Amino acid sequence: MSELGAVSEDGFLKKAFGNRSFVAGLVITCLVAATALLSFFWTPYDVNVLIVSNRMQSPSLQHLFGTDQFGRDVLSMIMVGARNSIAVALVAIIIGMGVGVPLGCWAAARGGYVDDVLMRFNDVVFAFPALLSAIMITAIFGPGAINAIIAIGIFNIPVFARVARAGALGLWPREFVLAARAAGKGKTLITIEHILPNIANLLLVQGTIQFALGILAEASLSYIGLGAQPPMPSWGRMLFDAQTRMVVAPYLAIFPGMAIVITVLGLNLLGDGIADTLDPKLRRQR
Amino acid sequence: MSIYLIRRLASGLLTLVVASVVIFFVLEILPGDPARLMLGMNATEDAVQALRVQMGLDEGLYARYVQWACGLLSLDFGRSYTYSVPVAELIRERAAVSLPLALIALTLSTVIAIPVGLFAAARRGRMGDTMAMTVSQFGVAVPNFWFALMLVYVFSVWLRLVPAGGFPGWQSGIWPALKALILPALALALPQAAILARVTRSALLEVLGEDFIRTARAKGLTRKATLWRHALGNAMLPVLTILGLQFAFLLAGTVIIENVFYLPGLGRLLVQAINQRDLIVVEGVVMLLVAAVVLINLLVDLSYAFVDPRLRTRA
Amino acid sequence: MKLWIPMAAAAFIAITAGSAHAARTELVLGMPLEPPHLDPTAGAAAAIDEVLYANVFEGLTRIGARGEVLPALAESWTVSDDGKTYTFKLRTGVKFHDGTDFDAQDVKFSLDRARGEDSTNAQKGLFTAIDTVEVVDPSTVKVTLKQPQGSFLYNMGWGDAVIVAPESAETNKEKPVGTGPFKLENWAKGSSITLTKADGYWGNPVALEKAEFRIIPDAAAAVPALLSGDVQALPNFQLGDALPQVQSDPRFKVVIGATEGETILATNNKKPPLDQLKVRQAIAHVIDRQAIIDGASGGFGVPIGSHFSPANEAYVDLTGTYPYDLAKAKELLAEAGYPDGFKTTLKLPPVAYARDGGQIVASELRKIGIEAEIIPVEWADWLKQVFTEKDYDLSIVSHTEPNDIDIYARKDYYFNYDNPAFDKVIEELNLTSDEAKRKELYQQGQKILADDAVNGFLFELPKIGIWDAKIDGLWENSPIQANDLTRVKWVD
Repeated sequence: MSELGAVSEDGFLKKAFGNRSFVAGLVITCLVAATALLSFFWTPYDVNVLIVSNRMQSPSLQHLFGTDQFGRDVLSMIMVGARNSIAVALVAIIIGMGVGVPLGCWAAARGGYVDDVLMRFNDVVFAFPALLSAIMITAIFGPGAINAIIAIGIFNIPVFARVARAGALGLWPREFVLAARAAGKGKTLITIEHILPNIANLLLVQGTIQFALGILAEASLSYIGLGAQPPMPSWGRMLFDAQTRMVVAPYLAIFPGMAIVITVLGLNLLGDGIADTLDPKLRRQR
Repeated sequence: MSIYLIRRLASGLLTLVVASVVIFFVLEILPGDPARLMLGMNATEDAVQALRVQMGLDEGLYARYVQWACGLLSLDFGRSYTYSVPVAELIRERAAVSLPLALIALTLSTVIAIPVGLFAAARRGRMGDTMAMTVSQFGVAVPNFWFALMLVYVFSVWLRLVPAGGFPGWQSGIWPALKALILPALALALPQAAILARVTRSALLEVLGEDFIRTARAKGLTRKATLWRHALGNAMLPVLTILGLQFAFLLAGTVIIENVFYLPGLGRLLVQAINQRDLIVVEGVVMLLVAAVVLINLLVDLSYAFVDPRLRTRA
Repeated sequence: MKLWIPMAAAAFIAITAGSAHAARTELVLGMPLEPPHLDPTAGAAAAIDEVLYANVFEGLTRIGARGEVLPALAESWTVSDDGKTYTFKLRTGVKFHDGTDFDAQDVKFSLDRARGEDSTNAQKGLFTAIDTVEVVDPSTVKVTLKQPQGSFLYNMGWGDAVIVAPESAETNKEKPVGTGPFKLENWAKGSSITLTKADGYWGNPVALEKAEFRIIPDAAAAVPALLSGDVQALPNFQLGDALPQVQSDPRFKVVIGATEGETILATNNKKPPLDQLKVRQAIAHVIDRQAIIDGASGGFGVPIGSHFSPANEAYVDLTGTYPYDLAKAKELLAEAGYPDGFKTTLKLPPVAYARDGGQIVASELRKIGIEAEIIPVEWADWLKQVFTEKDYDLSIVSHTEPNDIDIYARKDYYFNYDNPAFDKVIEELNLTSDEAKRKELYQQGQKILADDAVNGFLFELPKIGIWDAKIDGLWENSPIQANDLTRVKWVD
């Protein structure tokens, strides 16, 4: 990661818009985000109104994606569900970064036993497969969107801690850091002034990856009934409800699944694009 | 080498001990009374209390941890509250489904991914590469349980080729049992294969850019021969890491897939046990999965050291 | 494809070969939930009785297909004039599956064990009326009650009152040993339980040699299993929206029967504002039973207006007590002092009828301004929060115990309902054994509950049974949780 910090804003954007992955990813991600925002103001139908007599209609001009078992419009549900997915994944990243990055930087700055203890702690969290800890957390605090966020957030902590530590460790022996130390600056100040800006790109790339993983994790948790709870529309939950009705209404399973795939695809492309633009070598780390 | 080995082993053991404490005490906060759950709404309070005593739930928390942890050392996981059989026996029965499932999935994903990765690397930047990478980009984005649902719809509901779920048990013969595992294994394997294929490709490309490959080419070896003889072996390191991570991921992934296909594996056991507040089973299964992850990470690290002696000193 | 196959191989192939001509003697039944263990005297899970009742274990009496009390291990009985002493004449020559003899000692052991101090019987209340159990001779048992109990013989027919042997009582959870026509062959945990015909059964010989209960947790897997012939009967399975696919297939019989499961909108009668009759009446007026049945039960189920099964002959239809009427509901709410409605909570256990029904109920309540926040809970939490601690406003649950209207007279029951007039009816019912009089009392009780709008009475959970049209003898209704296989046979 030789000259990571050297790419200027201008150069970055110019390079980025020449990158097919980045452009495609950005377009898809913006579309999904726009849909989620739009759902606050308008959806084709009100998802809070249940018209049971209207249940399980196949896709038609009135209901583009059909209706579910309560007669709710599936398209409207997917739009509102996008909010939930994005919110959960985003807040989980904020938790992961908020705790993980300071820990990782601290470990890199202090070294020695602090580093050892923090990394052992990381090992323990890492040893729990993400889904497993999520299941345990939601089992204790009860299912719900908030607990899904916490569960996914906790899983994000060691990920960001590792990335931050690895990035920071590579920077500490560098000349500009040594110069700052010679000038008498403290470790905290150096971390804020010199380390963080230089690992920001790494964190951004990791962030998009974790965003995509968070969307998938939220869907998985909701699917096994531990994520967002009805009546809040959620993509994973919709797939769960669709499963028993697959024989008669396969469209109930198809559309929410596509929504997940498209969103995750967009984020992955975006992440690839950013990584490629910053440093083609970064790609290898995925 | 031996010091490295000892350090790695010690840190693995430490992780396990900490994990056991976390698992036990965290789970004991779970609200809900397993005894009341078993006896239901009509049971009288004294009947519920009698059952609590019978299950050993009236003993202190700390005493129960020591008892449980000591049992673990001799692979005694305690007795299930609901099934009232040894937890170890339950785990063995269920592992007979989950383990083969994870192994089949891992094999499938490797068998698919490595050739695709090789193919793409060999045709870097050409049509074939672009196609393979586009498909794999989709593969990474597909949630495995949704993919599973789609597989069920096509192969079970529509074509009626394989059962939609359930497991006949190994005693009903290898073929019927394998048949029940095909779709779940596919559902688990393909998204993983997509990731692995991408890693294989970029690892190969990385290696292909290094000096010794140029030397080999300069010696007059064809591009293909270089790829096979020199690059693949050297690209194995990152591939191995991902494989190790994936096996752990697959074991956990079975939790969801087993619930889609109603397979009586560890994952279903876990979810069931949580719902029935059969905590001792939950603790046992989680502990086992954590141990599996730690062990695999250890093996991956050791094989690193084996492949590349330089890494040993870095411990 | 007709093949003659040696018996041993037939065990494998008979299931798949479809129409092998020799009468089929094997049956695979699908059930959604696995029993946690196999001892009916130590657990409330319906799945335990659904495998073992009448098949492996028998009681003094038994409940028949229409809910009637029939003799079982007791071939006859006499009741003293004061209604307090029951003398049971037991069958002789009955053996447990482990070869030990059944006699009066086993009856005394079983009843004393169920009501003893360290009993873990889930229905211990069934035995509280018993004062003493005496062995008169090996084939006669005298049971003395503390006070007359009209339902005593019925109670003795519950799965929780089956007779077990002292030698095997402790190991029944794993290896059930009973007196029934079938014995346990194998339990592959998580997938299936297999019963085989027991030798030397005392009663009418059974037609089936082998019965396998296969655990299929969901309709999505059950339908293909049925269509492919892997499973030949789903005696009690909520197929929901997947049902139409099977209904149109002439190979199968679809039988919609009744259960004893009153599905109710359980209401905390002491929690303001639900303690006001007018508020509960307003809620009753916005319950759209048909919408709930359509949306939460696949369109099957009988609407109910009180806590009583429509299959019972003492049933009265009270669904018209508070008909669907939004205007009236709003009016009642206003009279109660809540013209703009109020906020409340709705705790839902993890079953489809509750989770789906809850969303419909919440959507209806919203129409009159009542904002019911849905709180999904697991069974363990439901039992703790709602049932034990009574920390709830509204909930949806099905009460599947037969003839359980008396729960409304229990002190401290989770409805927090208290009406001396109703208590008196139940008290009288306990002392009455005359059938006509009992029926009248039951009807009085139903009426009081309906008028008081104690709970929202939604619908009677249907028993949806689907099986191969060539199978005869499975129960249509479910007066008690059981899959009685004693009369099941294949016919051509």
